[in-house]
Amino acid sequence: MSTLTVQGHGVAHHDHDHEHHHNETFLTKYIFSQDHKMIARQFLITGIIMAVIAMILSILFRIQLAYPDKAFPLLETLLGRFAPGGRLDTNFYLSLVTIHGTIMVFFVLTAGLSGTFSNLLIPYQLGARDMASPFMNMLSYWFFFIASVIMMSSFFVQKGPAGPGWTIYPPLSALPKAMPGSGEGMTLWLISMVFFIASQLMGGINYISTVLNMRTKGMDLWKMPLTIWAFFLTAVLGLLAFPVLVAGVVLLIFDRSFGTSFYLSDIVINGQQLSAEGGSPILFQHLFWFLGHPEVYIVIMPAMGLVSEVMATNSRKPIFGYHAMVYSLIGITVLSFIVWGHHMFVTGMNPFLGGVFMITTLIIAVPSAVKTFNWLATLWRGNIRFTPAMLFSIGFVSFFISGGLTGIFLGNATLDINLHDTYFVVAHFHLVMGSAAIFGMLAGVYHWFPKMFGRMIGEKLGYLHFWLTFIGAYLVFFPMHFMGLDGVPRRYYSFTEIESLKQWVSVNTFVTWAAIMSALAQVAFLVNFFYSMFFGKKATENPWESNTLEWTTPVEHIHGNWPGEIPTVYRWPYDYSKPGADTDFIPQHIPFSQTLTSNLPHDFEDNPVGLEEHKNWVNTQKSNEEVK
Amino acid sequence: MGFKNLIKYKKFLTLFAVLMLLGTNLLFAQEASSNATATGTGDTSAQKAGMWLSVGYYVVLFLIACVVVAIIGKIFRVYDLTLQMQGKKGVNWNNIMAVGFLLFLILGAIGVAYSFTVHGSMILPEPASVHGVTMDNMFWTTVVITFIVFVATQILLFGFVFKYRESKTRKAYYLPHNNTIEKIWTVVPAVVLTILVVFGFFAWRKITNSVDAKGEPASIDIDVTGHQFAWELRYPGRDGKLGTKDYKLANGSNIVGVNFKDKHSFDDLKADTLMLPVNKSVRLNIIAQDVIHSVYMPNFRLQMNAVPGLPTYFKFTPTITTAEMRTRLDQPDFNYHLYCNKICGGNHFNMQKIVMVVTQAEYQNWLLRQKPYLSEQLKKDLKLADNPLYQKSQLQNSLASNN
Repeated sequence: MSTLTVQGHGVAHHDHDHEHHHNETFLTKYIFSQDHKMIARQFLITGIIMAVIAMILSILFRIQLAYPDKAFPLLETLLGRFAPGGRLDTNFYLSLVTIHGTIMVFFVLTAGLSGTFSNLLIPYQLGARDMASPFMNMLSYWFFFIASVIMMSSFFVQKGPAGPGWTIYPPLSALPKAMPGSGEGMTLWLISMVFFIASQLMGGINYISTVLNMRTKGMDLWKMPLTIWAFFLTAVLGLLAFPVLVAGVVLLIFDRSFGTSFYLSDIVINGQQLSAEGGSPILFQHLFWFLGHPEVYIVIMPAMGLVSEVMATNSRKPIFGYHAMVYSLIGITVLSFIVWGHHMFVTGMNPFLGGVFMITTLIIAVPSAVKTFNWLATLWRGNIRFTPAMLFSIGFVSFFISGGLTGIFLGNATLDINLHDTYFVVAHFHLVMGSAAIFGMLAGVYHWFPKMFGRMIGEKLGYLHFWLTFIGAYLVFFPMHFMGLDGVPRRYYSFTEIESLKQWVSVNTFVTWAAIMSALAQVAFLVNFFYSMFFGKKATENPWESNTLEWTTPVEHIHGNWPGEIPTVYRWPYDYSKPGADTDFIPQHIPFSQTLTSNLPHDFEDNPVGLEEHKNWVNTQKSNEEVK
Repeated sequence: MGFKNLIKYKKFLTLFAVLMLLGTNLLFAQEASSNATATGTGDTSAQKAGMWLSVGYYVVLFLIACVVVAIIGKIFRVYDLTLQMQGKKGVNWNNIMAVGFLLFLILGAIGVAYSFTVHGSMILPEPASVHGVTMDNMFWTTVVITFIVFVATQILLFGFVFKYRESKTRKAYYLPHNNTIEKIWTVVPAVVLTILVVFGFFAWRKITNSVDAKGEPASIDIDVTGHQFAWELRYPGRDGKLGTKDYKLANGSNIVGVNFKDKHSFDDLKADTLMLPVNKSVRLNIIAQDVIHSVYMPNFRLQMNAVPGLPTYFKFTPTITTAEMRTRLDQPDFNYHLYCNKICGGNHFNMQKIVMVVTQAEYQNWLLRQKPYLSEQLKKDLKLADNPLYQKSQLQNSLASNN
């Protein structure tokens, strides 16, 4: 019902657009664009720039860890007062760690990933002319842009950027006296995050309303590609979780600037007692992780969606267990709200609460396991094409398994006592949400590059990029598990001060060189990306022979996406290699009446009339054969 | 084919080797001399020159690597085109990638085995506490279960990827779902996880119970206070009880803010090393003064955050003395450590204390040698000589020692 009315609106909207088509200026087309395709590209390129910055920061602190006693005059030239004598300042080291984490988690893997692909694919794959609210969509990008600028500007304040870790636990983040990174840099961090969250909320409301209201005719929820399910549930998660972080951040701003004591109590700093009493630092941790844990699913679920789609297309096989995939996504969404306490087992939170969070945490492993097995089953007896996107999807599954399994250790409160805040945690989350999510994102970039830029991205450089990054990421993160098992804490400036940790310096040197190799491999990607954008081979309309609706739109971007009427959807998006069909793919907009030979009773589960017709057709076929 | 000859041309390789060797040599020489002159004369420009030389060298190396990659790429392209010109099929990248994954699986397995043997031998030695043994048993059970799953799924993943690479003669098998198999792989992980959860839950409850049970000998209370960037230790005196604290009393001579209105405070001891008697239950009373710290003693499988305004506890029983651990590990200079494991500021990486586990007799001896927390300076500051409570406790003490 609602689909039909919105459909009408979409058409009217399109006509209206058409009249003004030629009035576009540079400003409205490339800068303040309200077109979902352009906004997606803006998010992607901003995300890539932020990713490169965060990657360089990580190389800087990796150099410190590899060569704790060596001076690099270049660092002083580049960083000035933050690296006196060519050695990183200890406080600046913590700032690097903090900003690396913040940018990667929020600016790259949340905004860069969801922002790009939700904007690109929701209207395209659902058959909508644009987002529900294009203006708000534009605002969402520009708030994100402002947030990025503010975050980066903190490198130019006297005491440097925020330094208390990306989790910004007070009192460290609340007391400017506690470290230089809690000064102006921290203020900028907080302001930047408020803008960022506003951007996420505007984006999220848009994604949800578009998915619910603007699907084309025939596109019921159970015909949506898994990408859309993932983006939809991610947006729901973000919408419910991000405001809690705003609350936490606002209270922190009050504690920092207006003398309240929400998080502060009984503090003596530099020999001086503070008047703050009755606050609780643990309260902040509850508020932070109430967002923080759903956040890791906000990061990984879009990647899961993209990978499911890429995998089905390139295996030429339907995704195995479509319903199970959707239900496990829903399960993850719901459960992710009641597991946040597993970040706080040893913080002094009531141990009984810890026990409860441990139970909920290990339950959330079940839907994740189901998804992994379903991806494996999708590959089984497929006919796999190794496009760069497919390589990255396979890499995603490998990382997701490796990193996911160590989650079973960390989710177990008893084992977490000794593993909490060690390199084991660093290895765990860099594999399961860092590397896996970035691989999901790269799979998406390689797969939808032709749709975004109308040109093909170079395949060979894609291969090179994949192998160097895939091997490099394992070389970087695998040895870290053992460092964690030796009790090596994270966020240490060097391991030379504590006798028992000195043995790891050589491993750190190896890890740093592996990290440098993976970082240099990204040059292959950047060259490939920007070169192909302008000089790549022209793309065809459906280069991967895929089923979803975005591949029915013309290569040249137009307002409203489809030149004529929006195609109607008749079937689910995964009819690959269907027995009896002429081709090995049947796009969603092909009606069953055109594919009589390949129809199955299963296709008419919720359509009794169709099922009757199908039976009749099968019977006539049979009787015809008998006649022969 | 021209490119191929170029690459095969031996002078090319020799040139490259010469560049690498000479460059590195030159670099080190330059660095050494510039450092020498720079330290000698305080001349920074010499140092700068050396720096830019090495930067330039690495940039050139990277560019050469890029050129080599580009040349190899071109050779492949030429090879591919010649094949096609001869009417043959071009290079089958699809198969190359599939073989790549198979190789990755094999080399990855070797790498994992290497990491387990080499890095695996660098991990913590056996636990030196009672609960640590429970924990390690659980840890190794989990390792076995997850490792089996890890190996099986990675083999399936890369095995399928290799086996089902694209072939023009085959069509993929249309298999949208199979409810039975989906139920199996939902239920099996659920059961395994339930078992792990149940054991973990009971172990966790037992470990985190910091209250002494009835009939159990009382634990030794030790006060651990964290501040930027050190730990303060306080032991109870003869009365076996720690005096209370109040952050408002903290100052230069009373760092942790002990409250001397409490008579238990007078005999408390100050210590520099966390000395623990073996096989005795110890309860660490943990708190921080400024920001969150974390008491981390990995050898005892012990960690608890130190939070300002929120006292936390960890009760445990050390089982292996430092001396015994030294002989077991064959490291005469081995020491247990306590270090901070929650980001707390610039010197977070160097906020440590030595932990010693000793026999009961050694412990008693050591206790006798410890200075009271109540220093002479503090006595003066607090005017304790006029304090009736203090006089009474002094009197009791002297009576007790006379007895």
